[in-house]
Amino acid sequence: MKPVALIEHAVKGPVFGCRMCGQCVLHDTGMTCPMTCPKTLRNGPCGGVREDGGCEVVPEMECVWLKAERRSRTLPLLPSSWRAHFGTLRPPVDNRLQGDSSWVNFVRGKDRATPDGWLPGERA
Amino acid sequence: VSLRDLCETRRRPILTGEAPAFDTGGMDAFAAGIAELVGVVDAVNATDSPAAHAHASNVSVAIALRQLGVEPILQVVCRDKNRIALQADVVGAALHGVENVCCLTGDDVTAGDEPESRRVFDLDGPQLVAVVDGLAQGRYLSGRKLDPPPRLFVGAVENASAPPLDHRAERAAKKVAAGARFLQLQICFHPDRLETFVRELERLDVTSRAAVLPTIVLASGAKALTFMDRKVAGIDVPAATVARVTEASDDREAAYQLALEQARHALALPGVAGIHLTDFRHDGSVARLAADLGLDNDKETAPHAHRASLSI
Repeated sequence: MKPVALIEHAVKGPVFGCRMCGQCVLHDTGMTCPMTCPKTLRNGPCGGVREDGGCEVVPEMECVWLKAERRSRTLPLLPSSWRAHFGTLRPPVDNRLQGDSSWVNFVRGKDRATPDGWLPGERA
Repeated sequence: VSLRDLCETRRRPILTGEAPAFDTGGMDAFAAGIAELVGVVDAVNATDSPAAHAHASNVSVAIALRQLGVEPILQVVCRDKNRIALQADVVGAALHGVENVCCLTGDDVTAGDEPESRRVFDLDGPQLVAVVDGLAQGRYLSGRKLDPPPRLFVGAVENASAPPLDHRAERAAKKVAAGARFLQLQICFHPDRLETFVRELERLDVTSRAAVLPTIVLASGAKALTFMDRKVAGIDVPAATVARVTEASDDREAAYQLALEQARHALALPGVAGIHLTDFRHDGSVARLAADLGLDNDKETAPHAHRASLSI
């Protein structure tokens, strides 16, 4: 891991359980890392959330997206634009960025680059 | 009449069904397995290794349905394949005339009999909707052109009954914004939750853009309801509902009556375009339910033997 990535992991690992996907969306998801969802879902909870809010895969763990949805509404000091982004359709993960620093990728714009065919909702 | 046509015109309530998970025995056995659905439902789901158990593949079943003159709905889940394979499956199925594609995140591998499998989830459900809609617009996710574009009709699912309840309609709306034109809902044993969900979809102007099809399960009795409640993540069966069926003198009949009541309730909700049926009874209940709902007329489906000879 490169130096910046090491620092990022040291900060975000213990606090958010950061998986170093290299394209951080914590600000959109109530500061809850979607990569800690066992299915690594980026766009909200799957249909398997249990009646008590437990994860389908790890029943004793609260659904990551349940937590994210709640925190995106209730977390203090979260800018309203971040709260509003909760429902945004996030693009597929770029698996090449795994292990990179998302801070560096943010500065370089690499975390926002999407495949040419990613034009959700657009009609020809 | 095609599913697309029914979803666009809403000329009558839509009825979709599901091919039982199929393994071996050849086309004759497959045809026997879906015989109860033929001529009763408008289209039939070809499931994608449901509950994470391997079965004859979604694409192969969708093609088999076409060969039998039945309109397939290709279910595609994100659990087992990456984005390359998923796109290849949809485009390959379209080669065989499979038009309807229902995009799901999918049960986890731990729900199945090979829980040690690698889970993929390279895409998630909403992303898959956008990718398949992109195929329909004539492009792979990479941007590479598809000329001519495959004829596809894209759908998705949503669970109206699983937490976070307040967010479910928004999530469904996200899939519709990404291109879904029909929504097959997860089985829901809480009529109040279904009502709230559909009302919210109406408010978000989703029901006019996508045909909402709540799933009604034809369960075989009290044991099946208890099983679903305990073993299927995302499905909660209220204790009173289980008790009502358990305490009936004929629990099999009580389970049918429960499904009939749920179907009537769902179809009466403004914004609901039809229902999806999951049948675990295999005793003619699908046709019985269609008749009891008054949905057994005006089906232009030809006898399957005749249509089969045309499509092969």
